[in-house]
Amino acid sequence: MIHRHIAHTQIQRSKGGILIALAGNANVGKSVIFNYLTGSHQVIGNWPGKTVELAIGRLKYRDKEITIVDLPGIYSLTTYSQEEAVTREFITEMKPDIVINVVDATVLERNLYFTIQLLEMGAPIIICLNQMDVAEKQGLDIDVDKISSILGVPVIPTVAIKGIGLDKLMETAINYRHRHAKPPTYSEDIERIIKILVSKINKSKLDTSYPPRFIAIKMLEGDPYIMDVVAREDPDLIEHVKLLAMELEEKYGEPLFCVIASQRYRIIAKIINEAVRRRAVKADILYYIDRITTHKVFGILISTGVLITLLLWTFYIGDFLSTILEDLVSVIAPVEPDITGSLIDTMINGAIGGIVAGITLVIPYVIPFYLFLAVMEDSGIMTRIAFMIDTFMHKLGLHGKAVIPIILGYGCNVPAIFSTRILETRRERVIASLAITLVPCSARTVVILGLAAAFLGIEAALSLYAINIAIVVAVGYLVSRIYPGETPGLIMEIHQLRIPSPRVVFRQTLHRTLSIIYLVFPIYIIGSASVQALYKLGVLEPINTALSPITSNLLGLPPATGTLFIFGFIRKELILLLLPQVLGTFNIPLVLTATQIFTIALVSMLYIPCVSTVAALSKEFGWRDTIIISIVNILVAITAGSIIYHMLTLL
Amino acid sequence: MSMKHRPNSIEEYLEAIYKLSEGKRDIKTTELAEFMGIKPSSVTEMLKKLAELGYVEYLPYKGVRLTGKGERLGRRITRRHRLYEIFLWKILGKKPDDVHEEACKAEHGVSDETDILLCRFLGAPSRCPHGSIVPACDLKVSTCEDCETVGTNMVKRDDEVRPIAWLNEGSSGVIKFIRGDSRVLRRLIDLGLTPGTRIHILRKAPLNGPVEILVRGSRLALGSDIAANIFVSDV
Repeated sequence: MIHRHIAHTQIQRSKGGILIALAGNANVGKSVIFNYLTGSHQVIGNWPGKTVELAIGRLKYRDKEITIVDLPGIYSLTTYSQEEAVTREFITEMKPDIVINVVDATVLERNLYFTIQLLEMGAPIIICLNQMDVAEKQGLDIDVDKISSILGVPVIPTVAIKGIGLDKLMETAINYRHRHAKPPTYSEDIERIIKILVSKINKSKLDTSYPPRFIAIKMLEGDPYIMDVVAREDPDLIEHVKLLAMELEEKYGEPLFCVIASQRYRIIAKIINEAVRRRAVKADILYYIDRITTHKVFGILISTGVLITLLLWTFYIGDFLSTILEDLVSVIAPVEPDITGSLIDTMINGAIGGIVAGITLVIPYVIPFYLFLAVMEDSGIMTRIAFMIDTFMHKLGLHGKAVIPIILGYGCNVPAIFSTRILETRRERVIASLAITLVPCSARTVVILGLAAAFLGIEAALSLYAINIAIVVAVGYLVSRIYPGETPGLIMEIHQLRIPSPRVVFRQTLHRTLSIIYLVFPIYIIGSASVQALYKLGVLEPINTALSPITSNLLGLPPATGTLFIFGFIRKELILLLLPQVLGTFNIPLVLTATQIFTIALVSMLYIPCVSTVAALSKEFGWRDTIIISIVNILVAITAGSIIYHMLTLL
Repeated sequence: MSMKHRPNSIEEYLEAIYKLSEGKRDIKTTELAEFMGIKPSSVTEMLKKLAELGYVEYLPYKGVRLTGKGERLGRRITRRHRLYEIFLWKILGKKPDDVHEEACKAEHGVSDETDILLCRFLGAPSRCPHGSIVPACDLKVSTCEDCETVGTNMVKRDDEVRPIAWLNEGSSGVIKFIRGDSRVLRRLIDLGLTPGTRIHILRKAPLNGPVEILVRGSRLALGSDIAANIFVSDV
């Protein structure tokens, strides 16, 4: 799993090979199928010119080289979002041999809306009717052959998380010869206009890779991309479309895209009517869990409880794993940073220390955290939390879905910042990312536990967390008032609760953990080596002096702590590891007061997360916003630190 | 919120009943009296008069319920009141605390045409400065795009519509009108919320939170701002 920008050529099928695309709504099991088929032979990258990620995998099946691309989850093929544009571009530019349209059998009606548009686009599709077991449990009897005969494409029932039906799916895919299934037709008056437009498109020199019928329909729907292309190449056609559309809109009393959508749904309703029977079923335990997690009172308690449990579980399991790993690794490599030997020794020590710290301090906290989170996500509990917490999140200028990236930040800020892509606007993404940078990640958890909990007691550590939440809320509240723009409303699918699949949970945890190793470890290693060298060369000394007005006057700390904060910019846990060396003793309480220890932990928790996070921010938002976020981080840290210092001194 | 200006006006009463009946149907006389700052005895007297005129159904012990005719007038007045408040607040820059009294007077003088023009000018707003939902207009439109392309002289809606944010858990209605932003509208349409579709209210999160609906066999959570913009009939 390597992150990089992909070129078209990388996706290209190998000679004689087959290119398969997976397309469908979000959360229908596309990734599960993708992972099942391709195992670890995957690359993740951005589609050129877009910030949309595609996963590309390879496999050999019946002696055929197969390339599979997992397209983003979308609901329509009108280009209002980047994800929709990428799906469309991929299908027209790469011309996959087969598009496997993954359809959630439990939400058939809504899913087929996308299927019909794929058919209109002339894509060579096979329908993979997934989650058949859940549909069965919900009392849905689906006549697979009926759907296949109505739509004119193969339909393969599957239970992807158990691997059921995937063999048949692949078998069908590689043997399928595209027969150009006929897309369903609309009402007579619309078909008449489509026909006029198609003949006009055929006569014009319009250069697009889409079928004329698709262009005609998308023009009537007012698709921005198609309208743009047509306006450039054949302006007369646009005028013509507008006239024809107006005539129909007057007749229906609705915008034409509404009329077309309604008719598509009417076509689907007919299919459902013929192919699906409903049986009455008894409510199972999941139904009651579902009710209680969104109960007016219990729902809020459960949401809070889950989040607290997540953190406590991470502390305890993380601490336990960390101790074991530290003992193991210390046998072969030094854990403590050494800034006293020769320059080259110091650098090597820094580089090794970077790896060791990553393995013994970050990974042990990150794994249990991601594991628990994956269970919450896969079961659908996270969606319920997002539902319950939406009103509160609006106070921070965000909506309920933003709770997921922010919680991810407690593991590691870097992937959390990338995950803000699930939010709709740049404004939301920036506010959520700012909140993420203030949230203590696992490296900062290590500092909080190692300083506050170890020397001052667990209450001190917990109060740091409480202060942190208050600060995140206050900063979010203020920023959302200053940052121009409105918070878009929440539109979120609620999926059936389910028993999480161990395979999916394990895979998600592994994927996230590995992505930290790829994204963060290189910076850990290089950063640690360079910063230790800089220290050795005496470059940091003047910075220490320059920082002393802040460290000593505002925060009441020894000036030497300035060095700590510079090191901490590379990796936060260095603050903890270097403290004895900077102070010249392992007996910390001897040289630092309780207030000073608390202040160091507090400031460490808040000022700029680390260089990797800054890199992630600049990649996502450019330097201007990155600098603003970093300045806010520093100001918040200094303000909070000096308030706490002065308050505690007065007491 | 007292309404001392024209305590006997039919419009004031219908407006007050309309406002109280967001989320429920039957309004108790005492509740109405308290809301309007008027003696219960005078309220009872007025309600009998309103019942005679066909604006309300007066149910002894249960209270009062708006008829179709009453709801229409109550909705119009409430809508104008809230639109005018938004105008005073957003455009003229008055403080939210200072807009109510003036809107109370203006609401009776605004014509149908001005109502539509004001709504368009304000960008089809969904909430007044105090957070209450602006009711739908009278026009027989399914989206605001219809209103923008055609003049003000349009066919009137024949059924009363209410935002799904006002519906209770377990109730259902047929989508008649989706207000506002065309991007959001298109997403909702793609998700199957086309005009004429029946939706069921499954759950409402506390504190004016999102509403969970069942539409075409799929469950969707819609934030309160979106729930304020989807209007259904047949409640």
